[in-house]
Amino acid sequence: MNIKISALQFTRDVKSGNISAEDFVAKTMEQIQKIDGNLHAFLSLNDKAVDQAREIDKKIKSGEKIGQCFGMPISIKDNICIKDTKTTCASKMLENFIAPYDATVITKLKQQDAIFVGKVNLDEFAMGLSTEFSAYGPSKNPWNTDYVPGGSSGGSAVSVRAFECVASLGSDTGGSVRNPASFCSTVGYKPTYGLISRYGLISYANSIEQIGPLTRTVEDAAFMLNLIAGLDSNDNTTIDDNNMDYLKDIDSGIEGKKIGIIKEMIGEGIDPSVLSATKDAISKLEGLGATCEEISLDMVKYSVAAYYIITATEAGSNLARYDNLRYGYDFSVEGYEFNSYIEKARKKLGPEVTRRMILGGFVPSAGHAGKYFLKALKVKSKLTRQINDAFKKFDLLISPTVPILPFKIGEKINDPVALFLIDINTVTANLTGKPAISIPYAISNGLPIGIQLVANSMNDKLLLQAAHALEKTVKLPEVPV
Amino acid sequence: MTKIGLEIHSQLTKLESKLFCSCKANYREFEPNTNICPICMGLPGSLPRLNQKAVEKATMIAMALNCSTPEKIAFFRKNYFYPDLPKNFQITQLNIYGDTSVGGTGVIMVGEKKIRITRIQLEEDPGRLIYEGSSEKNQITLVDYNRAGTPLVEIVTEPDFENPKEVREFLNILSDLLENLDVSDPSLEGAMRADANVSIEGGNKVEIKNIGSFHDLEKAVHFEITRQQSLHSRDIPIIQETRHWDDKRKITISSRSKEEDLDYRYFLEGDIPWVRIGKDIKEKLKSEMPESINSKKQRYVSKYGIPVQVADVLSSDKFYSDLFEAAHTQENAKEVANIITTDLMGLADTREKRESSKLKPSHLKAIADSIQSGKIARNSAKNALYEIVKTGKELSDIISELDLGNVSDESELSKIIESIISEEPQAVEQAKSNPQTINYLVGKVMQKTKGKADPKLTLDLLKKQIQ
Repeated sequence: MNIKISALQFTRDVKSGNISAEDFVAKTMEQIQKIDGNLHAFLSLNDKAVDQAREIDKKIKSGEKIGQCFGMPISIKDNICIKDTKTTCASKMLENFIAPYDATVITKLKQQDAIFVGKVNLDEFAMGLSTEFSAYGPSKNPWNTDYVPGGSSGGSAVSVRAFECVASLGSDTGGSVRNPASFCSTVGYKPTYGLISRYGLISYANSIEQIGPLTRTVEDAAFMLNLIAGLDSNDNTTIDDNNMDYLKDIDSGIEGKKIGIIKEMIGEGIDPSVLSATKDAISKLEGLGATCEEISLDMVKYSVAAYYIITATEAGSNLARYDNLRYGYDFSVEGYEFNSYIEKARKKLGPEVTRRMILGGFVPSAGHAGKYFLKALKVKSKLTRQINDAFKKFDLLISPTVPILPFKIGEKINDPVALFLIDINTVTANLTGKPAISIPYAISNGLPIGIQLVANSMNDKLLLQAAHALEKTVKLPEVPV
Repeated sequence: MTKIGLEIHSQLTKLESKLFCSCKANYREFEPNTNICPICMGLPGSLPRLNQKAVEKATMIAMALNCSTPEKIAFFRKNYFYPDLPKNFQITQLNIYGDTSVGGTGVIMVGEKKIRITRIQLEEDPGRLIYEGSSEKNQITLVDYNRAGTPLVEIVTEPDFENPKEVREFLNILSDLLENLDVSDPSLEGAMRADANVSIEGGNKVEIKNIGSFHDLEKAVHFEITRQQSLHSRDIPIIQETRHWDDKRKITISSRSKEEDLDYRYFLEGDIPWVRIGKDIKEKLKSEMPESINSKKQRYVSKYGIPVQVADVLSSDKFYSDLFEAAHTQENAKEVANIITTDLMGLADTREKRESSKLKPSHLKAIADSIQSGKIARNSAKNALYEIVKTGKELSDIISELDLGNVSDESELSKIIESIISEEPQAVEQAKSNPQTINYLVGKVMQKTKGKADPKLTLDLLKKQIQ
């Protein structure tokens, strides 16, 4: 049986009786057993997955109503709550946190008969872009295991690319879905802020992050969006998309569309192979009938600084509850003397989380807020104005997803600033709430390159149509796993 | 000049659920840590879900206190560490980046005095810490999160009060107002809490925190003024500090904590989008707002001719004015008001007595009508009322059971009067020369009939027999 098929192909095959959900899921679990010791995408596995698939097969056979996933095996980033399942955020602090409830996206996928094969790796609390900050060790890039898979949703990207699942849910705060998608050569899509409920996603920087799918095809991303998007009374920031069908008319093409090439994202520091792939993509888009033109968004050069100040501020607040009293505590029947215990608080948080918490205590504090936090908010609103102006002229914007190729594990871990700068092309979509997608575009020296498209808010359908059109021009070698 | 400013926290106890989840707003009857959920416990991944009713009620309070109300309101995070705070931040409101709290500046009259309101904000109450243990060294702190997330309105005033009496009058008006709006029951334990700042001429401002009731607030202010004056008279400087109210010893104590130095790192709560409260919504709220105490009072005076003092007492208490509204007719209104303010208020003067009272508006109406038609004397009515509050029986049953009906049988009454006349020859003589003293004899008849003699008939018969 071929497990290297798309999500949509899977649902068609199970529906038509070509394959059984049980066989497919069993095969997928075998694949995980076989290769995950090496790739380390998973933090925990669902040992009932095959049984659940068997139940779905029974339902199909008996003609019961069946959800749109037909037992499709999905992996879930370990910062999204599944009831009665460990949700660790790849942190020692939440090593034993068993979520007592389902995230809204999980509830919706359960209703559609999806099967969760396991929880996948991330940088601790989603802070990082390589999974090297996972308290349980990094995941490996399936194209070359010496290299990072990107992050923070690295486990999601690896599991999709290495056929350990059909699709995955990650979260994207500053590129955390798109970056690993680019590094591992999968589709990674961050929707408009508010399109997918965040209820049950453990917050890092709540004002800009979104759950997003990582899939093998753009169509699969649209399919996933159909299942999980929409208004949720548990998340006041969600918006009503009127049950939009994102798959319908996905073949519409991009003829006549205007595409802006973001100048600041193809300049200094870009890898030559990434630049040439981007230029190639632009000419392909023009070949499909779009017109492309350069545009300058000069606030982009401040975007990374603003991004780190805003995310640190929110993280400092969102993670304040992990104080070693309520989570992560050692339990001693004699109890502890309060002050000595408090001194130890937060020792269970790793270096990157600690760094951002300290930064988050500083930049919004009295006497410093004006210089840092409030200025960062100004950058955010100016950047939003600039990109809104750009969308008056353009339907879409294009850039490489990441300006460089995947780097080696350990290569940059001691240089936080260098790591920060890799986010330059992805944070703009988060700061402005716009939808953005990364699609696999090229392989250079055996390492993937992704291309990013950005659309205006609530133009997710157009974004998916364009990405689908570009995707059809791409032919890539198979991953060597 | 003494200056006093107040920060009053009032829970919206009449709401069904907490500010951000569906746990009960009235947490008082639960076992510790049973009125909780992932949201009010701040579990990883949970998000606040704003209770729109709380926003509406808080806006009503702002409008009732004549405060400005912005077009859009926002919520902020106040970041600080405390064991009773599940998320280690509190979701509250702030006016430093523009007026985004439910209420801006306003004015309320306390007698002839203007008290300026600085702002009104809606926020979540933290959990409750319970200290147990025999000695300070052995102390255990328990945390009960049942209260965490209860909707709370903070009302901040300018330092416009000059003495504890003004504070008390303001608190009376405020608690009547909150009760009348049906947003809060100020008599519930912990429903009203306050901080105060107090400074006397030539001294620094002192903040008093942790005052658990309105009653104690007045006491705390009084204590603090006396303390400061006594320091001042001995030329000891009054330092700027935060003091805590010790409700057992009824004194303020300097708090060694550096609470005033805390940096709360306020920033916008991204999980709750701005809430628009447009003209349309405000109009709707205004139309749903219960009649104000002042308007009630005026109506009682002008429509029913109820004396101003009686109208004042009656209108400012929601429990009694609701009773009045349900029991009165145009004819008996004065009588109903009279029964409530002179008799009932004494019988049901505590929360427990009010709650256990079996009196219904129909009872009140029956009593008032019976007094007016001469079926029952005022004195007997009072006894009947006492029985009704206790048992809830019908007035007619009580009249016959306790034999409270008026003696209005002419021959029976004449006999009684004859005997009084023979017992009181002196008074009879006096009454002949000075008709006003006849009331003494009426009183004697009343005594003998235990107040049941029809007063008008008694007077007529007396006059006839003396002449």
